Amino acid sequence: MNQYKLTLYITGQSAKSAQAIANLRRICDQELTGQYELAIIDIIENPQLAEDERILATPTVIKELPPPLRRIIGDLSATEKVLLGLDLQPRG
Amino acid sequence: MNKLETGIPGLDLIANGGLPRERTTLVSGTTGSAKTILAAQFLAEGIVRGENGVFATFEESPDDIRQNVLSFGWDIQRWEREDKWVFVDGSRRPTDDTVEAGGYDLGALLARMKYAVGRVRARRVVMDSLGAIFSRFSDSGTVRDELFRIGAALKLMKVTALMTAERTEEYGKISRFGVEEFVADNVIILRNVLQDEKRRRTLEILKFRGTTHQKGEFPFTITPHQGITIIPLSAIELKQKSSNVRVSSGNRQLDVMCEGGFFRDSIVLVSGATGCGKTLMVTEFVGRGTGEDERSLLFAFEESRQELCRNALGWGVDFDKMEKEGRLKVVCSYPESTGLENHLLRINTAIEEFQPHRLAVDSLSALESVSTIKNFREFVISLTSFVKQREMVALLTFTTPILMGGVSTTEAHISTITDSIILLRYVEMYGEVLRGITILKMRGSAHDKKIRKFSIDGEGMHIGEPFQNVVGILAGNPTQITPGELARVEDFFPGG
Repeated sequence: MNQYKLTLYITGQSAKSAQAIANLRRICDQELTGQYELAIIDIIENPQLAEDERILATPTVIKELPPPLRRIIGDLSATEKVLLGLDLQPRG
Repeated sequence: MNKLETGIPGLDLIANGGLPRERTTLVSGTTGSAKTILAAQFLAEGIVRGENGVFATFEESPDDIRQNVLSFGWDIQRWEREDKWVFVDGSRRPTDDTVEAGGYDLGALLARMKYAVGRVRARRVVMDSLGAIFSRFSDSGTVRDELFRIGAALKLMKVTALMTAERTEEYGKISRFGVEEFVADNVIILRNVLQDEKRRRTLEILKFRGTTHQKGEFPFTITPHQGITIIPLSAIELKQKSSNVRVSSGNRQLDVMCEGGFFRDSIVLVSGATGCGKTLMVTEFVGRGTGEDERSLLFAFEESRQELCRNALGWGVDFDKMEKEGRLKVVCSYPESTGLENHLLRINTAIEEFQPHRLAVDSLSALESVSTIKNFREFVISLTSFVKQREMVALLTFTTPILMGGVSTTEAHISTITDSIILLRYVEMYGEVLRGITILKMRGSAHDKKIRKFSIDGEGMHIGEPFQNVVGILAGNPTQITPGELARVEDFFPGG
């Protein structure tokens, strides 16, 4: 069951984009095994989607489900902050 | 350097043609200094000229902006439907709480701006405001770098951009976060200063790199249907076409004193204490002076319409009838009803609409009481230069604060601007109050230099004989000289 619905917005093939994708995958696989659905959107290709979500900074992760809606920005290298943003407690 | 004509009234004049084209100009001002209105007007005027625009907003929501500027006649929603105006919405919402987890950039904003510019083929771009972007992110170093990158990208897109920034004080550093140093070569400052209990809005072009502009602060006003109008004052070219054509003052005896009447394109100041006949002069100027095919415009700030018409009728001038015939337009308003800039704008607008041959303002001093001295002087300069360009004769009245004699300091300021000055004075002699009239100056013409008695009755003003053997009338201290004394004085100065 996919409890978590996440969307990651990136701009092109930058180093930050690659880091963000790798970091998010790693954290999700560790913390949310089998419970998440992740979409990755390149804003350069789909600027209207960034417009709809009013995104300014990249990379940005939006946690749509479960509520509340959360936004996390950055290359997601600060794992604890990412967990905080996802409303998760780091595993002991 | 190539300039882009903004279309904002007055701005292009003081910017010597407009904003530097395909460059970014920073507009900095304190809270409430009308930055957003100026930014929106920049786009609105562009659309009128066929140049589409992108409005990136980081403070107010697009909906708020649409509502707020509707009263200026800018229908943003329609322009959005017609793909002439597009918002990039960066405004903050309560759900936008963001956790920062590692390094980021504003690539998304840049991509959206590019997308928006491309979508409507924009020629003008606004970012309002930079300070709001800084407040969204903790790493101001990154924001700085990214804004620099966006600025460079806008240049490549060949758009003319206007970015707004906040200041904390009216006369301090240019902006918070020092954005001007990395964003723009061109800086405009908006001020909203409280001076002698009056709000005074001004615009100053601080710098344009590589091109010229007018220096100093220029007052501006914000009015419905028009938005911002900058009053270019000293930047107005004085194209004074002096003509030798004379027109009647409306009083035959006064015409004689002026050696044939007022010049057609001159400004006449009538100064005197309250009740000594200024409004009568205005009535005669407008009522008897206006020819069959001419029009007069009368701005009254001291009396109501009813009072004005009743008094005029008492002197045999029917204002109502003249208005019906289209030869007159009377505008009465309270000086306190609005700021001086707005009064000026109303007068200018009325002149443009009605195209009068003569203008009367009764009185200027009523307007002085609702402004500062500096403001008032600017108002008079600006009004007179506007009148001069129109080639019409204007009669302005000024009430002196003291009954007998005397000239106030502001009056002294104004007198250098006007072409002719007529003084009306009370003269107290032997327990009797008489009235005196004299022409103090009349540029480009000989004139009667005597101080003459005049009286007022149901037919109007009657100018009579000069005062004999009296000195000190203008000083407010008339003294009778006995003929014997006069003869003795003449003996001292033979031929005088």
